[in-house]
Amino acid sequence: MHAGTQAVPVKLYSAVQDRSVHFRLLHKTDKSPVRQQLVSSESGETVEYAEVRKAYPLDPGRLVVLEKEELEKLQPKESRDIEVTRFVDIGEIDHRWYERSYYLGPDGDSKGYFAVAAALEKKGKEGIARWVMRDKEYVGSLRAEQGYLMLIVLRHADEIISTSALKAPSGRVLQKKELDMAEQLIQALHGEFDPTQFRDEYRDRVMDLVRTKAAGRKPKVVKFRPRAKETDDVTDALAASLAGMKRKASRG
Amino acid sequence: MADEELEDNGQASGRPFWTGTITFGLVTIPVAIHSAIQSRGVGMRMLGPDEVPVQRRYVCSKDDEVLEADDIVRGYEIEKGKFVVITDDELEAIEPRKSREIDLKLFVDADAIEPIYFERAYFLVPTGGTNKAYRLLAEVMEKKKQAGIATFVMRAKEYLVAILAEQGILRAETLRFADEIRQPDEIGLPKVAKTTPAAVKKVETQIAKNAKKLSVREMTDDYAQRLEKLVTAKQKKKKDIVRAPEESKPEEGAEVVDLMAMLNKSLGGVRPAARKAPAAKKRKRA
Repeated sequence: MHAGTQAVPVKLYSAVQDRSVHFRLLHKTDKSPVRQQLVSSESGETVEYAEVRKAYPLDPGRLVVLEKEELEKLQPKESRDIEVTRFVDIGEIDHRWYERSYYLGPDGDSKGYFAVAAALEKKGKEGIARWVMRDKEYVGSLRAEQGYLMLIVLRHADEIISTSALKAPSGRVLQKKELDMAEQLIQALHGEFDPTQFRDEYRDRVMDLVRTKAAGRKPKVVKFRPRAKETDDVTDALAASLAGMKRKASRG
Repeated sequence: MADEELEDNGQASGRPFWTGTITFGLVTIPVAIHSAIQSRGVGMRMLGPDEVPVQRRYVCSKDDEVLEADDIVRGYEIEKGKFVVITDDELEAIEPRKSREIDLKLFVDADAIEPIYFERAYFLVPTGGTNKAYRLLAEVMEKKKQAGIATFVMRAKEYLVAILAEQGILRAETLRFADEIRQPDEIGLPKVAKTTPAAVKKVETQIAKNAKKLSVREMTDDYAQRLEKLVTAKQKKKKDIVRAPEESKPEEGAEVVDLMAMLNKSLGGVRPAARKAPAAKKRKRA
């Protein structure tokens, strides 16, 4: 990693891991996995992946063929460097830009590494970094987290729809009484953000279902009753919610 | 498909991913969810050696029988090559009632959520007859810098979301679950070591020297630009241009819609787009 004249040897580790349940597609009758095949849209004959040519659509009905060699030439030069081009104040990059996080770990001598982490933290800055990984260029944010360095892949400029380009819903001016009640309700529901409080319970249920069926047992089917219709009037609903909370609070 | 991610669905068509209700207390707000991330996708097409577009189809890996959607089921691999079939009905039966409801039982300080948790942003558009409850929630949350937290199930996946308000518009941001985030000790990083003040100072000087304002120009997709250049050059030379039948399916992102125009329409008013992306940048890399 290069920041100014500083060179710090680092290794990259994924900071996130997907834990969702993944299924395979199977042929219904013999339970064999399904395979994808390419076929010509005209003759229906199979086409091998190695024979496929890429084409870029120009306008409806016209394509320009791009040869493998041409596309290869567009690929970035291989590089093991993470180049930090500038430092910006924390908060300047909206978190909507963040795509995927990596930890950087010291590779060999760790003195420079921890000095960069400490300095970023002290200055309240994050670095804008560029690097190449598996033939792809990335722009990212270099941040200090818990004393370590983190590299967060950023989305590209034109991927984010800015809120200021949108028109907020409008209508009759909201009354102070309604705003006050909504504020009280939010206040009553206020708490600390503790991410460990939330578990992917549905994932657990899916895995239970898989185990039940694997053991040859029949899964239980539970029907949910739809919720009773509540009042459409916002003011009434706010008042009723606040009253309900007060009752709960007084009961302890 | 059970393993579809929220982001893979309906994005190109401008249809909402999900419609349901946000509730806080007894207040209900019917909403639709739209992506706040614009896929830059025309996408490459695939041609056969004879320059005829190719299509994908599913075949059985055992006997190469061509399969239609009705011939395909979903299975979980319990051991190598052994699957348990799970049906849509079974998955639906274990969905909680809250699957059509984002119930905000907790509000937290918006800046208390660490950036590593944020996964993807969506705009919430009011769909009910009145937008009063929507506006109330948006105004108070923005003023008090609060984020509403909830979990909900959609298409066989549970999501943890933070609802945020900005400029009168509500946004849902999917968050990662805590067990999806690895800790430094889990990946074997050494303990944080103290460094000398002099070493830190040296880096601080470097930071100060390179401290600049953020520039969106730094966030460009250079590959997409190089691809665009190549395409333009070949088009000028009239090289390798082929005709394709109109109905040929693009690889991804079939209909590219102006997501912003669509959102503005659904939010209830049309205003000229403040941000106009040049067509050249809308292309998706291969």
